[in-house]
Amino acid sequence: MSTQKILELHDIKREFRMGSEIVRALKGVSFDVSAGEFLTIMGSSGSGKTTLLNTLGCLDKPSEGTYLLDGVDVRKLGRNDLAKLRNHKIGFVFQAYNLLPRTSALENVELPLLYNPAMSAKERKERAIKALEAVNLGDRLDHTPSQLSGGQQQRVAIARALVNEPVMILADEATGNLDSRSSYSIMALIQELNAQGRTIVFVTHEPDIAAFSSRTIMLKDGRVVKDSLNENKKSAREVLASLPSSDDYAPTTPATDDKTDDHH
Amino acid sequence: MSLFNLLRIALKALQRNKLRAFLTMLGIIIGVGAVIAMVAIGQGSKQSIQSALSGMGSNMIIIRPNSNISAGARLDATTVQTLTLEDVKALQKEAPDLSAVTPMANAKGQAIYGNNNWPTTIQGVDPDYLSVIRQWALQDGIPFTDRDVQVQAKVCLLGQTVISNLFPNGESPIGKYIRFGNVPLLVIGTLTTKGESAFGQDQDDVIIAPFTTVQRRILAQANSTIFVQNIYASAVSENVTTAASDEISNILRTTHRLKPTDEDDFAVRTMQELINTFSSTSQLLTILLAVIAGISLLVGGIGIMNIMYVSVTERTREIGLRMSIGARGVDILLQFLTEAILISITGGLIGVVLGITSARLVTLFLNWPTLVTESSIVLSFLVCAITGVFFGYYPAQKASRLDPIEALRYE
Repeated sequence: MSTQKILELHDIKREFRMGSEIVRALKGVSFDVSAGEFLTIMGSSGSGKTTLLNTLGCLDKPSEGTYLLDGVDVRKLGRNDLAKLRNHKIGFVFQAYNLLPRTSALENVELPLLYNPAMSAKERKERAIKALEAVNLGDRLDHTPSQLSGGQQQRVAIARALVNEPVMILADEATGNLDSRSSYSIMALIQELNAQGRTIVFVTHEPDIAAFSSRTIMLKDGRVVKDSLNENKKSAREVLASLPSSDDYAPTTPATDDKTDDHH
Repeated sequence: MSLFNLLRIALKALQRNKLRAFLTMLGIIIGVGAVIAMVAIGQGSKQSIQSALSGMGSNMIIIRPNSNISAGARLDATTVQTLTLEDVKALQKEAPDLSAVTPMANAKGQAIYGNNNWPTTIQGVDPDYLSVIRQWALQDGIPFTDRDVQVQAKVCLLGQTVISNLFPNGESPIGKYIRFGNVPLLVIGTLTTKGESAFGQDQDDVIIAPFTTVQRRILAQANSTIFVQNIYASAVSENVTTAASDEISNILRTTHRLKPTDEDDFAVRTMQELINTFSSTSQLLTILLAVIAGISLLVGGIGIMNIMYVSVTERTREIGLRMSIGARGVDILLQFLTEAILISITGGLIGVVLGITSARLVTLFLNWPTLVTESSIVLSFLVCAITGVFFGYYPAQKASRLDPIEALRYE
């Protein structure tokens, strides 16, 4: 695994003006992420977690400090260049999936590629199918979100994040809307993607989710209070297997229908 | 993003709300349909008036005596006689833009054949009146000639209304003698149907006879009479009618020896003036109808704007998502603009079809003349495309300026 730096944050500060008050959401955050890491960012609400996520995702720019994403200084970019950066380098996974309703899984996954003008329709489709196969939804290409369970919808969203072959997958409470079985199954998928060499940044407030990652950063009050490597990383697949009745997710067989555990 | 992808995405978005898209479109459909149908009705009535006037002879120029002041009192135009046969001859010789000039003598009276009689008008004219000035063909028989005019021949041509009243059994009037007042006249021909004039007069309720026959035999004027009631003339072409009427004025002022300060003692009427008057009236009608229809197009446009605003609000999260996966502001702008234009152009196309169809139906069921002009189709189509851009732009701009962070978390 290479030691190439994907993210380099140096003394990131972010301030918001709320009326006459100035809110300091981030008060000097510094850390690096290397290629192939699986990082969880933890913190209670108000810790600056969301602001950091927006900054990492190039949706927001820091007030001060430097942020290099794959060697590109984000602060120097305009709105359109940020959009391009998001398109090429980041794969977003949201808590609420954010799939387009009444639109097939395939078309949902194709969406990021539509904003890449160089790609032909044929290549788009091939890559979307590949991404859906990678999340074991190769047999659900034409299903619309309403025909899929929460776990399946999140896997479509992960396929959408993968399809552009980003340098980093950025997940925001990606298991927040799912029950534990579906959560573990998603985590197993993410661990598998990480094992294939993908860099994952996972924002969560659940400690047991953080246990699946290789490194955890704890945020408190706009500062990093703990940055530790996870020595005994748990395997989500093993946890999943230990649950009373299993096979919600098994990488070697096609996904089974977990429609019943849709809590969304 | 390529145009093809834009269209695809817009189509998908519209498909997700088919009924709403259609209802929005309906405003444009009705607007465009109304513009085309209304303009077609306006243009149709304009054209039918024009052709009715042309039917009277669009090159025709009528010269009447004008009321003149006699001892301070204006006299009724019909009681004065200022036009003479000399005038007719002068016009025939000196006006280059006139193709024919004929005097006319009118008489009202009772036409009688057998047991039937019918009150009508007899017009005494030269042979040119039918062939050149009115371009009125015979249905049957032969026209009278210059020789008939010279000898005051007792011959006549009957209009269709006269025929149907004097010969109700359908027998041929040719070769029969009718009487007009006390004068027996041999029917030598029948006229084709001309229909109503632009003023609602029945043009077929007429008997045409040689000028001298009417003047001498029916009006019983002395041989020495030189005055004529009216002079009818025809310009060489429709374009020179104005020039021709100027020539007539000049010639008549000379022959009447009028001083530059004197008023004309005659009046020159061209059909062109009438055509212009009626055209401008119906033009006004067309404009009024088009304005009303245009307003409904505007209302349709506002409908588009309204629904696009709703759509932007409703799809805020979608917009946030698209931005987070790499859509630029301009991509979002184009996406919503494409949707608006797609609605308006599809509506416009359906509206064109609807407009043409309803114009046809109006003609079919109400018997109103309609004329669908290409310009009205092109114009209303352009207007609705512009409507789409104009009313779609602001909602689309609103969408493109959303903050992706807020849009993603929008509930």
